[in-house]
Amino acid sequence: MPDPTPEPAPNRDPDPVAVSPTDAEQVEAAVAEALSAVAAAGDLDELTAAARAHGGDRSPLSLANREIGALPGPAKAEAGRRMGQARRDVAEAVAERRAVLEAERDAAVLVTEAQDLTQPTSRRPRGARHPLGLLVEEVEDFFTGLGWTVLEGPEVEAEWFNFDALNFGPDHPARQMQDTFFVDPPEDGLVLRTHTSPVQARALLDHGAPLYVAVPGRVFRTDELDATHTPVFTQVEGLAVDEHLTMANLRGVLDAMAVAVLGEGTTTRLRPAFFPFTEPSAEMDVRCPVCAGTGEVAPGAARGAGAGAPSAAEEDASTRTEDPAGEGVPCRTCGSTGWIEWGGCGMVNPHVLRAAGVDPERYSGFAFGMGIERTLMFRNGVEDMRDMVEGDVRFSRQFGTEV
Amino acid sequence: MRVPVSWLAEVTDVDPAASAEDVAAVLVRVGLEEEGISGGDVAGPVVVGRVLTAEPEPQKNGKTIRWCSVDVGEAEPRGIVCGAHNFGVGDLVVVSLPGAVLPGGFAIAARKTYGHVSDGMICSSAELGLGQDADGIIVLPELLGAAAEGARPGDDAKALLGLEDRVVEVNVTPDRGYCFSVRGLGREHAHGRQLDVATAFRDPVVGVAGPAGPGSRGVVLADERPVDGRPGARRVTARVVRGVDPGRPTPWWLRRRLVQAGVRPVSLAVDVTNYVMLLVGQPLHAYDAERLDGGLTVRRAREGERLTTLDGVERALHPEDLVIADGEDGARAVGLAGVMGGASTEVSSSTRDVVLEAAVFDPVSVARTARRHRLPSEASRRFERGVDDAMTAAASQLAVDLLVEHGGGTAEEGLTDVGAPAERPTIALPVGEPARLVGVDYAPERVRSLLEQVGCAVSGGPGAPDPTGGAAASDAWSVVPPSWRPDLLQAADLVEEVARLDGYDRIPSVLPRALPGTAGAGLGGLSPRRRAVRSLARALAEAGLVEVASYPFVAPERADALGLPEDDDRRRALRVANPLREEEPLLRTSLLATLVDVLRRNTGRGADDVALVELGSVVLPAADRAPAPRPGTAERPSAQEEAAVRAAVPHQPLHVAAVLAGARVPRGWEGKGRVVDARDAVELALLVGEVLGVSLEAVADPGRAPFHPGRCVALRVAEGSPAAGSLVGHAGELAPRAVSALELPARTVALELDLEVLLGELAGPPRAAAVSTYPVVKQDVALVVDAGVPARDVERALRRGAGPLLEDVRLVDVYVGEQVGEDRRSLAFSLRLRAHDRTLTAAEAAQVREAAVATAAQVTGAVLRGA
Ligand SMILES: [Zn+2]
Repeated sequence: MPDPTPEPAPNRDPDPVAVSPTDAEQVEAAVAEALSAVAAAGDLDELTAAARAHGGDRSPLSLANREIGALPGPAKAEAGRRMGQARRDVAEAVAERRAVLEAERDAAVLVTEAQDLTQPTSRRPRGARHPLGLLVEEVEDFFTGLGWTVLEGPEVEAEWFNFDALNFGPDHPARQMQDTFFVDPPEDGLVLRTHTSPVQARALLDHGAPLYVAVPGRVFRTDELDATHTPVFTQVEGLAVDEHLTMANLRGVLDAMAVAVLGEGTTTRLRPAFFPFTEPSAEMDVRCPVCAGTGEVAPGAARGAGAGAPSAAEEDASTRTEDPAGEGVPCRTCGSTGWIEWGGCGMVNPHVLRAAGVDPERYSGFAFGMGIERTLMFRNGVEDMRDMVEGDVRFSRQFGTEV
Repeated sequence: MRVPVSWLAEVTDVDPAASAEDVAAVLVRVGLEEEGISGGDVAGPVVVGRVLTAEPEPQKNGKTIRWCSVDVGEAEPRGIVCGAHNFGVGDLVVVSLPGAVLPGGFAIAARKTYGHVSDGMICSSAELGLGQDADGIIVLPELLGAAAEGARPGDDAKALLGLEDRVVEVNVTPDRGYCFSVRGLGREHAHGRQLDVATAFRDPVVGVAGPAGPGSRGVVLADERPVDGRPGARRVTARVVRGVDPGRPTPWWLRRRLVQAGVRPVSLAVDVTNYVMLLVGQPLHAYDAERLDGGLTVRRAREGERLTTLDGVERALHPEDLVIADGEDGARAVGLAGVMGGASTEVSSSTRDVVLEAAVFDPVSVARTARRHRLPSEASRRFERGVDDAMTAAASQLAVDLLVEHGGGTAEEGLTDVGAPAERPTIALPVGEPARLVGVDYAPERVRSLLEQVGCAVSGGPGAPDPTGGAAASDAWSVVPPSWRPDLLQAADLVEEVARLDGYDRIPSVLPRALPGTAGAGLGGLSPRRRAVRSLARALAEAGLVEVASYPFVAPERADALGLPEDDDRRRALRVANPLREEEPLLRTSLLATLVDVLRRNTGRGADDVALVELGSVVLPAADRAPAPRPGTAERPSAQEEAAVRAAVPHQPLHVAAVLAGARVPRGWEGKGRVVDARDAVELALLVGEVLGVSLEAVADPGRAPFHPGRCVALRVAEGSPAAGSLVGHAGELAPRAVSALELPARTVALELDLEVLLGELAGPPRAAAVSTYPVVKQDVALVVDAGVPARDVERALRRGAGPLLEDVRLVDVYVGEQVGEDRRSLAFSLRLRAHDRTLTAAEAAQVREAAVATAAQVTGAVLRGA
């Protein structure tokens, strides 16, 4: 801070008054005058001028200092000490004052340089990943964590891999229920794969047993696009074939996957089902994360809210609501059943192992497939499948690079 | 399959307190997925009423309403307005009183109409959800027959009509054909409740036997062309019932059950066959005996043969279609076997004599015929999944009994029964197999008992006397599945039965320890390829692109819009035989072909600045592709067969494509931003190479659709890689013609790269060189070259001339103008020089600069500016 009570303006160009080095009073007076000029310097330029006037080559103190050499012995020593002290005092005062003035100047510059950094900029706009790809990566990471290998396969696939090798006989009703896109002409035996399962057969032929693989990919079925269906969708398939693998191991993997993808406290259940390539077969359901398995949500509750670990009471409660007129309203996510179908699974059918040259009496295995679109719907509260399909940038931007 | 709970309860023990939801839950437990629950949607006061008066009142609109007084068991009759006329004074009717709610949420209230206060409603069948036919008001004795006796005004009509009965609909998987019947669902329901079928389940065909003697109508099995060696009909029976009264209606309860099951009532004979089919799963067909010429012949269709089916459609038959025929040597086809009967022998309102056919047809033959004629029927659905071939005669007898009871007439004391049930397989089930596959230690006696519940005959196994005297028999059971389970063929099938009857919820959860790296990616995990693709997707997102995933279907015209030349390989696309949209039958050969649609969708929704990227595969069929063979699956295909299957699958490289339109840097308070241009596309294309560790170089390419000829580069692998020179893709601005044909924003830029080349060149871990700590020397140089010389060539020459002391070179200025002359331009480069072992002297630096300039001069004709 500058001195609030300014001295009278200093003499900027003082007449050099002769100072004798032997005259202590004169020296003191010169020093006092110098100190006062230094103290009065209001900025760095004035300080430089004052320093020159009182400490420069032509200043009275410098001139007096030069006379010391001509003095006789004892006087010379005394004058030397006096002048040395005088000049040090002046130099120190200048340095101190300079430090103060420099700090003041720097602070003033910072004030004038201030900017409003709240003005938004977009110098490097960021894009976004598609959430389906991000979710697939999460699932892949779960499996690589278990030591499984991630494999891929072709989308246009030989019918043999998509059906025959998976125990779909040529006229099996299940082959019709797959709603297959056939490549023209159909006799050429090419289809758009209806599931990622053909990679099971490819992997078994390529690597044999033991085998632990996860297979993400796009699959195709002749469904019209609407809020809950898309003809092109994403699956993640798992296949493990080894000695001593059981349905209990299948269940162990599914439970761990549910927790990894949907969070701590998620539970699954298996229901008997049918798939040509597994025997025994099961549908896997996960507890609805929206209503925590109760089948109902609070009236007006936002979809997607209310997920979390169910309370002990909820665990004990029925998985189905009988009373839609009660406190809550039916949960739309799970159709108020408390459970959401997550995919199909089962023990690899011996026919499939045999078609791939694996001995079903020595090896057993399990396989499962899970829909990523559906998972994204109930995991992230996406209400309309079309949002995942249309490519509107506003949809993907909600996710950025994490899902 | 839809089953009323009341009907199910007739064949199996349903918990009296169970709701329809509980019944569905029991069925879910054994693998019958719930599709829906219906019925039971009539609530409130719906009562029996007797019409006391019915005064006709003509209205101005030409209608005549009736003002009725109806006794509903209260002190005073109610006044009700009714528009129908098919009832009279004294009739017992059904009345919904104010407060009742009918199906569809239709609430009844007293209301003013036609000048009266109508205090309720006299109901029709349709209004109560009892059927589609709106043929007027229900008159209870007409509808219920004897069941209406004793009904009095005020009685609860909901109970009388079974309106509280609910219907459970379940999805039947293809292996469980027998569940397309109340019989099958009843057995499964007993399993679901873990009840003993011997006491809890009452099989409707048990104890039902047909006559022993032969019938008057013969049946000849004459399949000359069996499919895959299996005859088209395994067993066919025929019964005759004579003198049925065509005027007799189908009893109310039977019609009601058909409606509940989703089957439309037609006539007594037809309704009875449908009822028995729903009850036991045996499809039956009723012929008008008078219109049927002699006996039945089962044969394949003849060349050029035609048949008009019951739905009135005349069909050209295929030689593989199995038909039922009559006449001399089966001259005339009268039905598509197992799919639909023919119109010529259909029972009609005058039919008195009926021939009932019950048969078991080959599933594959029926499936193909149903598919060929796009004629899925209730019958074909069951035959495709397998019908119990042991109950043919019994099912037929059930139908005969109903026809006689409700239609009068007499059954002929004879049964034509040709063919025989299939031989049942004997399946060896090792004792340890259920535990090996399921992971639950089932006790042997439990396994045996569960299989017996299913209906299997189980012999051998632990403790069983071994007929051969050896020890082997005790290690395995011999299991013969029941006639209604043709799906049980191998040990694993039996294991599923054990597991599901014991309950899947009893299976513990045990995470297996996987053997890592079983499919070749080191110790498991992501392949380098998959990791690289992830890095790329992330980098492009961080570079401002939004990832999308478009459908791969394109229209043939898209190639024209993109301006692809006639001989462009990208015009050779696979076609989908059954596309979702007829106009988009092709599979894309380039991502841009479908990505542009996503761009247009975004701009159409008001987006100004759009930058999209897609990572996906395209399908590039070979010009001469061979069909994919389909080797047998009993064992591993031969190496040759396997190779042929794989080779038939077309090349499907992974591509990356991007389109950008609008501003790359949006307008803001700092300035007007920056509009995207071709250089953005080129920079992003180069970024792809950089991320994947394979450097790319851009070379002008004036001949690549859909790009602007003057603003397009080809991207090739740069020198230093084994794949150097390989074409990777293109980047630049889209040609104006393509932009307008595709209705894109002007100056849209794009890139598309084939990632397979790059992913094939992934280098291993990068090698790091030592970082020099000696000072840098900067040298600037301005070179004048012909306007047509690409900057990249000049830069390359500078690099080569400067040699190893050059650390970096950067183009810092481009000048075109008078000072350098016409058709010339000046390119200013900044060079950074540094040695790894010493401080460079000024003389050395000057030398390097001179050498760089000299090479540039030699290669590109560059001259130092101002020299
Ligand atoms: Zn829910």
